[in-house]
Amino acid sequence: MSTGRVKRIAYQTIVTKEVLRFARIWVQTILPPAITTTLYFIIFGKLIGERIGMMEGYSYIEFIVPGLILMSVIQNSYANVVSSFFSTKLQHYIEELLIAPVPNWIVLAGYVTGGMARGLIVGTVVTGISLFFTDLTINSYSLTLLVFVLTSILFSLAGFINAVYAKSFDDIAIVPTFVLTPLTYLGGVFYSIQLLPEFWQQVSLANPVLYMINTFRYGLLGVSDIDVRIALVIIIGFIALLTWYSLRLLSRGVGIKE
Amino acid sequence: MSALVIEELHKTYRNGFEALKGISLNVAEGDFFALLGPNGAGKSTAISIIASLTNKTAGQVSIYGKDLDRQKNEAKSMIGLVPQEFNFNMWEPVVEILVNQAGYYGIPRKAAFQRAEESLRQLDLWDKRHTQARWLSGGMKRRLMIARALVHRPKLLILDEPTAGVDIEIRRAMWQFMKQINSQGTTIILTTHYLEEAESLCRNIAIIDHGRIVEQTSMSHLLSQLNTEHFVLDISKPLTTAPELPGYNLQLVGDKTVEVTVQREQSMNSLFESLTQQGIAVMSMRNKQNRLEQLFIDLVAQSKSEEQTS
Repeated sequence: MSTGRVKRIAYQTIVTKEVLRFARIWVQTILPPAITTTLYFIIFGKLIGERIGMMEGYSYIEFIVPGLILMSVIQNSYANVVSSFFSTKLQHYIEELLIAPVPNWIVLAGYVTGGMARGLIVGTVVTGISLFFTDLTINSYSLTLLVFVLTSILFSLAGFINAVYAKSFDDIAIVPTFVLTPLTYLGGVFYSIQLLPEFWQQVSLANPVLYMINTFRYGLLGVSDIDVRIALVIIIGFIALLTWYSLRLLSRGVGIKE
Repeated sequence: MSALVIEELHKTYRNGFEALKGISLNVAEGDFFALLGPNGAGKSTAISIIASLTNKTAGQVSIYGKDLDRQKNEAKSMIGLVPQEFNFNMWEPVVEILVNQAGYYGIPRKAAFQRAEESLRQLDLWDKRHTQARWLSGGMKRRLMIARALVHRPKLLILDEPTAGVDIEIRRAMWQFMKQINSQGTTIILTTHYLEEAESLCRNIAIIDHGRIVEQTSMSHLLSQLNTEHFVLDISKPLTTAPELPGYNLQLVGDKTVEVTVQREQSMNSLFESLTQQGIAVMSMRNKQNRLEQLFIDLVAQSKSEEQTS
């Protein structure tokens, strides 16, 4: 059997396993973000949003929909890989992969694809729910899809790195709680950074999530706080950096080999 | 061809503990090889390095002529490992554990299901194929790990204490199974603390202690080095003192049970004749201690004293 075919089947196996894993427990993986985002749409979009008025030329609910969709992609891509890969380590069945002739990049690609699958499925569900509350205008299909996919890749990689270093369940909860959630909420999901004082606008520009949310919003609504070309370069740059770092961790066996 | 060649393998852990101090091993194709040693001797470290679960500090490992560093994937595809600890996803159904493992070796999903069925039937687990692994008994979990290790039909199977904690009936069934796959051409390396298991199954043996190989030879040659054997005799009539036989050391351990130490050059016939002359009939006889166990204890004690001296 050619080595290319062996790698392709190994990759498909990891992806199938990952998708079956989150699909089996859809009540824990797909349903909660759908409920949470529905509540956001009702409370912030409808009840409060109608009193806020227009933001950058759009009703408040139209303005927050892109951010809420992308937030669900970010959180679920990250959560899928961090919990799955950490369990793999914790129960030692990472050894099934380590002993087999599976190159490190296939292992990484498999887990990242699993994270993307969950992120994109949840993102699609949230997008569907948003249609009950507002009409979705799409300024650029290609840009919207590109950011959708790139964001899920980036946060799947971030989840992977977190899982590699994690030694306990606390370690996989700390980053999402104390890093990811603040970055996402302060990344312009609910507001335009133009509303902030100059100093805080500059501080916000250091937040990578801001670039993703604004590029995604640009794809849908055609409005953004930042230059989307710079944003795409930053997102792709982060993906390259995290991919390189993840492969380095795997090759050195950090957290998985003595 | 050698199934496994290890040359000057060293492993020092980050905390400075030197688990392997330059071991070299050669396991022939088709062999049933015992790798024995006390706890912490370095057996599992050596196995983990061979299986790519632990990084070595120095040395060479090759499997069927494929170097584990330079021809990693070819070498890996020939190994199957049954580790000491359960290392499968407890929440996954049994059949999926095998199908996934086959997939990691490039076996397409449909063929993987057929392989999984074959392995599960061999290990008598087919009825449990849809059961989540966590619901299996300890013995079934051990058999599941054997089935998983065989699903890609490895040429070299490493069994790290495969029968630990299983009852004697299952253990004997597993021995039978191991003999069968070895007779079909699979090279087997076995570590175990049940020395009767190693003695009855393995043709060659290495004993490792303090990270060094202290003995590597054939099982028959090793057993021939045993100078004395201790037997327990059940006799026909009760005694109050141990019988006195010239050249033999006998001890009364029960009114109808005697222990005797026999030197290698002494014949059992003369022992029985002497007892018969004293009107004592031997009803049954057994080894007080497994023969390999006696040698193992001697070799490890010798290694320990050498370690202390150095």
